[in-house]
Amino acid sequence: MASLVFGWGNPGRGDDALGPALIGRLDALAPAHPEWGEVRLLTDFQLQPEHALDLEGCERVLFVDAGASCPAPFALERLASSREFGYTTHAMSPAALLALFRQVCGCEPPPAWLLGIHAASFELGAPLSETASRNLEAAVAFAGEWLSARH
Amino acid sequence: MPFPLETAAHPENSRRVVIEPVSRVEGHGKVTILLDEGNRVREVRLHIVEFRGFEKFIQGRPYWEVPVLVQRLCGICPVSHHLAASKALDIIVGARRLTPSAQKLRRLMHLGQILQSHALHFFHLASPDLLFGFDADPARRNIAGLAAAHPDIARKGVLLRKYGQEIIRMTAGKRVHGTGSVPGGVNRNLSREERRQLAAGIDEVIAWSVEAVGMVKRLFAENARAWEGFGHYRSGFLSLVRADGALDFYDGGLRASDAGGGIVFDHADCQDYHERIHEEVKPWSYMKFPFLVALGAQDGWYRVGPLARVGRCDFLSTPLAEAERLAFKEFDGGAALHAPLAYHWCRMIEMLHAAEGIRELLGDDDLSGTDLLVRGTRALRGVGVLEAPRGTLIHHYRINEDEQVVGANLIVSTTHNNQAMNEAVRRVAMRYLDGRKLTEGLLNHIEVAIRAFDPCLSCATHALGKMPLMAELVDADGSVIDRLAKDG
Repeated sequence: MASLVFGWGNPGRGDDALGPALIGRLDALAPAHPEWGEVRLLTDFQLQPEHALDLEGCERVLFVDAGASCPAPFALERLASSREFGYTTHAMSPAALLALFRQVCGCEPPPAWLLGIHAASFELGAPLSETASRNLEAAVAFAGEWLSARH
Repeated sequence: MPFPLETAAHPENSRRVVIEPVSRVEGHGKVTILLDEGNRVREVRLHIVEFRGFEKFIQGRPYWEVPVLVQRLCGICPVSHHLAASKALDIIVGARRLTPSAQKLRRLMHLGQILQSHALHFFHLASPDLLFGFDADPARRNIAGLAAAHPDIARKGVLLRKYGQEIIRMTAGKRVHGTGSVPGGVNRNLSREERRQLAAGIDEVIAWSVEAVGMVKRLFAENARAWEGFGHYRSGFLSLVRADGALDFYDGGLRASDAGGGIVFDHADCQDYHERIHEEVKPWSYMKFPFLVALGAQDGWYRVGPLARVGRCDFLSTPLAEAERLAFKEFDGGAALHAPLAYHWCRMIEMLHAAEGIRELLGDDDLSGTDLLVRGTRALRGVGVLEAPRGTLIHHYRINEDEQVVGANLIVSTTHNNQAMNEAVRRVAMRYLDGRKLTEGLLNHIEVAIRAFDPCLSCATHALGKMPLMAELVDADGSVIDRLAKDG
């Protein structure tokens, strides 16, 4: 079964691009890393209800997002499905997505983690900040280790 | 001249309630309500709290980059911006008439967008309010509560949206940041195998859409008196119509009516929109206030979106949706034609119309044609107008001889509805909040009124910890008496 890495964010908003940027880096690195096993890479602007269906058939999931308040360079959190939904389903939390998966698909979601990469700036049209670029390198290295390891 | 309840006569003596951001709408919004010492409503404003600046951002960029760049405006309806920009640039590259294959592929992409956006809004944003009640327990009044109480509805909502996304992926090339539409046409067609895959699921999509229309129609009938009157007012409307008067999401001329139903203009050329629609700037909002020039700013504001399109077109070109349009228009002697909550009903009729339209198109071999691009005499200015899920979307570009964008004006659906949303909020505030002790359930009534328009206030940054929900109660001295916050 595959590992899913799902990074989201708006590439047009500075460090908000960290999630998609990490996916782009893994996509380039994947051919040289057979030890990662089967990997599915997914990116989008934000988490949406239909993404619950992308979790089907996955062995494990790593969600990746820019984090304004998480420690640098990144933080990893094991996720439990949660009924604690945010105030908007247009920006669903990964935990809420796991809960929706259970209700829509009728089975337990795959084990999942959230990799929050510390971000500093979200200006329109801006590239990644220097801080975010450094943090991205550390996060890419970690994601490679995560894919190589069995959880 | 301000509208009633737009500006309080003595704001210094008022108590201030802030709902920020409005929940279950796109992006960031804020409502401020000024109450006097007797809790009487004196001022109500819907604010947009983030300035987008996108029109400046794209200046200096080569014009051919624009259809891809503008998708970053919105994470929910990037396809609408992708296509509106392409239509404007069609004019600039001299492609006033696309090939049949290109036009039908764009139309299919657009119908996929309408389907997925309407499904998301109704099933996951609006239906918890409609099924559980506006002042139900907020812990239950969300998609989790919906999935727990009505798992079948929640599941169909997810699958409908997924189907629309598949159409977008196949026609645009990618699920996000697609590149399928280009100035002068499209750069890919659909194979027969792709059409077969999509056609395999469309009958189920139509059946679920019929059920969704039935559900909202039943709910409306069960709550007719309350829902017809909720935030009710009369206004003008604006939408695109086809040459024969049918609703058309992708192309046509502009039709505008006044609050009494009289036609202000009809089949107007979109290239001349700026002669008929002007925008007023108000110091308290970043979002402009468009109005019909012929009626002036005070009387010329209008509504766009499903209620305008379904309520003001002459007919729908697909049979199931047309039957539902007639039922809607005849409901209670036409009482729903101006009701903000009837947006939900019309949205589902449009979802059914889109699904039927998709089935028609999938049987058309032009989708697999190879004549995809045209070019003609170059122009330095172009306007593209279509009906996005939330309403009329206008993209207007000017370029220089070096093919760089030197000017851009975008009027998005939510901007058209700016005054209309403020009107709805004011009426609901007067009806439900005036003179009463505030509760979460009462404040949610305000949000229900805004949510009916499905506004896209500014889809942008959403990183962890960057979208807190805040409600503040501020006294006349500006001191915060109470505050509630949680992360999005």
